[in-house]
Amino acid sequence: MAEILGRIKPLAVSPLKTSQPLGASLAVLGLNRAMPLLHGAQGCTAFAKVFLVRHFREPIPLQSTAMDQVSSIMGADDNLIAALKTIAEKNRPAAIGLLTTGLSETQGTDIHRVLKVFRARHPEFQNVRIVPVNTPDFSGCLESGFAAAVEAMIAEWVPSADDAGTCPSRRAHQVNVLCGSLLTPGDLEALRELIERFGLHPVLIPDLSDSLDGHLDAEDFSPITIGGTPLSAFATLGDAAATLVIGPSLYPAAELLESRTGVPVHRFDHLLGLDANDRLVMTLAGIAGRTVPARLERQRAQLQDALLDTHFLLGQARIAVGADPDLLHAFSELLAETGAEIVAAVASSRALVLTRTPLSQVRIGDLEDLEDLARAHGAELVVGNSHAAETAERLGIPLLRAGIPQYDRIGGYQCTWIGYGGSRQLLFDLANALLEQAEHGVAPYHSIYSRKADSRQEANHGTPQAFANSGRWH
Amino acid sequence: MKSSDLAALLNEPACTHNLKSKSGCARPTPGATAGGCTFDGAQIALLPIADVAHIVHGPSGCAGSSWDNRGTRSSGPTLFKIGMTTDLSEQDVIMGRGEKRLFHAVKQAIDRYSPAAVFVYSTCVTALIGDDLEAVCKAATQRWNVPVIPVDAAGFYGNKNLGNRLAGEAMIKYVVGGSEPEPAPVDPARPSLRVHDINLIGEYNIAGELWHTLPLFDELGLRVLCALSGDARFREVQTMHRAEATMVVCSRAMLNVARKLQESYGIPWFEGSFYGIGDVSSALRDFARLLDDAELSARTEALIAREEARLAMELAPWRERLRGKRVLLYTGGVKSWSIVAALQDLGMHVVATGTKKSTEEDKARIKALMGEDAKMIEDGNARQLLNLAREYQADILIAGGRNQYTALKARLPFLDVNQEREHGYAGYQGMLTLARQLTRALENPVWEAVRRPAPWHALPSPSNGRGVGGDSEIAHPLPSPANGRGIEGEGRLEVRHG
Repeated sequence: MAEILGRIKPLAVSPLKTSQPLGASLAVLGLNRAMPLLHGAQGCTAFAKVFLVRHFREPIPLQSTAMDQVSSIMGADDNLIAALKTIAEKNRPAAIGLLTTGLSETQGTDIHRVLKVFRARHPEFQNVRIVPVNTPDFSGCLESGFAAAVEAMIAEWVPSADDAGTCPSRRAHQVNVLCGSLLTPGDLEALRELIERFGLHPVLIPDLSDSLDGHLDAEDFSPITIGGTPLSAFATLGDAAATLVIGPSLYPAAELLESRTGVPVHRFDHLLGLDANDRLVMTLAGIAGRTVPARLERQRAQLQDALLDTHFLLGQARIAVGADPDLLHAFSELLAETGAEIVAAVASSRALVLTRTPLSQVRIGDLEDLEDLARAHGAELVVGNSHAAETAERLGIPLLRAGIPQYDRIGGYQCTWIGYGGSRQLLFDLANALLEQAEHGVAPYHSIYSRKADSRQEANHGTPQAFANSGRWH
Repeated sequence: MKSSDLAALLNEPACTHNLKSKSGCARPTPGATAGGCTFDGAQIALLPIADVAHIVHGPSGCAGSSWDNRGTRSSGPTLFKIGMTTDLSEQDVIMGRGEKRLFHAVKQAIDRYSPAAVFVYSTCVTALIGDDLEAVCKAATQRWNVPVIPVDAAGFYGNKNLGNRLAGEAMIKYVVGGSEPEPAPVDPARPSLRVHDINLIGEYNIAGELWHTLPLFDELGLRVLCALSGDARFREVQTMHRAEATMVVCSRAMLNVARKLQESYGIPWFEGSFYGIGDVSSALRDFARLLDDAELSARTEALIAREEARLAMELAPWRERLRGKRVLLYTGGVKSWSIVAALQDLGMHVVATGTKKSTEEDKARIKALMGEDAKMIEDGNARQLLNLAREYQADILIAGGRNQYTALKARLPFLDVNQEREHGYAGYQGMLTLARQLTRALENPVWEAVRRPAPWHALPSPSNGRGVGGDSEIAHPLPSPANGRGIEGEGRLEVRHG
């Protein structure tokens, strides 16, 4: 429905977009005992590492093939093989995510071929699983890089039903969940609990709630991820009763999984708000063949109550949203449900989902675009990542932090907005953000005949000329 | 960038690294490397120039994940904090539209933000496809009458230090000498005072720490023409050639700037540090010595005597609390000894220090401070640092932010002393901040809480309050996570599946 307005400026100012290699790294960090490896210069890795460390406040495993001026020109295949060997030897990971960058893609690397050379040359590392993903940072965004990595994991590690003899519903209680980058570790934890309430066993792919949930482990240090989806889980996906996919960016990955295994897929654009969660709960009840637990009915009633309590504030509230496409779409639908209006919508990159977002226009752009649109349309609240803090400050309106990065808040990675309970929290957060700044009712008017000098002084604070001749009262 | 130019920069003659067999700018190892690239280094060096529009010419990865992430502060304009990038698309790369996009991007920045100048940084992709940065910048300068400065420091050229140097080189080549300083304003309280002009190179005003030392310079009658680049303005960089003395602060990376200022304009320079009471005092004395002004020397000695006396008094209660605490220090270069001095000043015991980027000269100073058998850490990966912390019973790890969460996960107190830190430790005043932050880290009650096992687990726990495990671990520097780690590994299994 929405009209997509392309990028019109040569210069991106206050970039909203985070690059594909970083998104793919994030997906790999959701695997157990894994190490993402960026094929590029050492800065590609250093920047991504600092970025993720600041967001999650966790040590982040991430390595580099360290391309220099010689290998950038003469070919970096040797760097890649050396890096894989070093990591396999030194860190003994179960999996390595081999991800390209703008540099190696411009150079024209063929990671699939180099990987074959590595396999032939180093049979001793046969048990280290390696997933190659093309993620140049001159296209896409964090979300598309994340999705590309998930799709590659399925392509590499999920055998077809014919080859492996898997059979849908052999594991009658298993539900595969492909988790898009719009979900936080906190969201994933809530989703796991919700699915378990129906007596089902969820397999989350990737599972950031088990690796980057910010827990203090007994082990003092690990050079690779601790926790995340175990690689052995991929062989079981074909025996599951159903697959849930959350986030349109992962629909291609879900289709691939379905065509390989025959396990039926249930698509969810997002899990914000009443409508999406009603669908989720009905789907789970259907898969489990159980009635909906009473506890959920209560939570649903709580969400409905919150819709009422917040509608005075959220109804016709004018909101500006800047985010990756899936998250932007999720907020568009949730805010439509609450009667709020998105008056400025900026996505970091193009995606199919934006065409069916319930908005009239979506701009592909940066936070400067968001700021201009928000100002022009009188937005009252900005929804965006931490980079938008200065945007909101210049606009003089509050910011609700959503998406990645969130480095100026503690625990942003853990905030939970899905499910009935999470959606209720999101409504509260939106309403409270508006409350903080709300101007209530009519602005004070001072009659020219009024003798209320005291109130004039207060209301005109900062404009002394307004009561310049009222000195005799002081 | 010509390879001969790169080689010349790598062989900076003023850098003592290059007099030894081990080069300070060695190549990174694929698969086992940490640290930023040349582009990162160039940005660190120049981004603090506050009234400049900094445009990163490349795809989204370079600026997209790195803008808005530095602790440097400005007393005025905030233009430097606005991330700008040409954000090249696939089509731009394939069709070679990068230069054209850059040219219009410069115009857009000038039209909307009226910067004092525009700095354009090349990146790997634009260097590889051969965009002619210099030509575009030259054309843009002529067209719009605003200085547009090329900083050719693509990531793959090498490491961060090289980036610092390339950035300094660009300033010398295109900016320094571009305008003359105004005459120094006369201080009405001291109308006859002879004011000297100085430069500070490698001072980035992290967490505003320049503002700890600036009042000292004011008092002495030293005008900082330019701090490259903390809280700097473009015009200040243009006037650096008129300084009478230069101090290179805590970094060998921009020695080339100091050396060239000396060669071209005869400005004497010295290396120094603002960390620790002794170092601040000797930096001030070095200025007085280079400027050869008897009155200045007298003022300097008076200031030093007063500040040292004040600090001795104000630090006394902190020293009491910090006395005997054991520190594992892991930082590089000059800081490997300058911070040792500061910590010893506080009565702390430095058990080991990192020497990854240190020269022989630095190491000699470490030995002078810590004794002949001082433990030096050449290459401290996270595992090794934790083992050392345990072996030497360290109470705290002081290192760069990169190691922060490594320490915290091992339940080891931590203090950040590198560029991402949030507190300024420079100058006399900075010592007080350092003391306060150290006690804040060390004395917090959370350490006991995070080491306490869940009451339903009767597991033995590290109870000595130091390190995180038994001494038996030391013999295995790199245990595989797969086979667990003694009793803790088992504990973990039990927590997860029990």
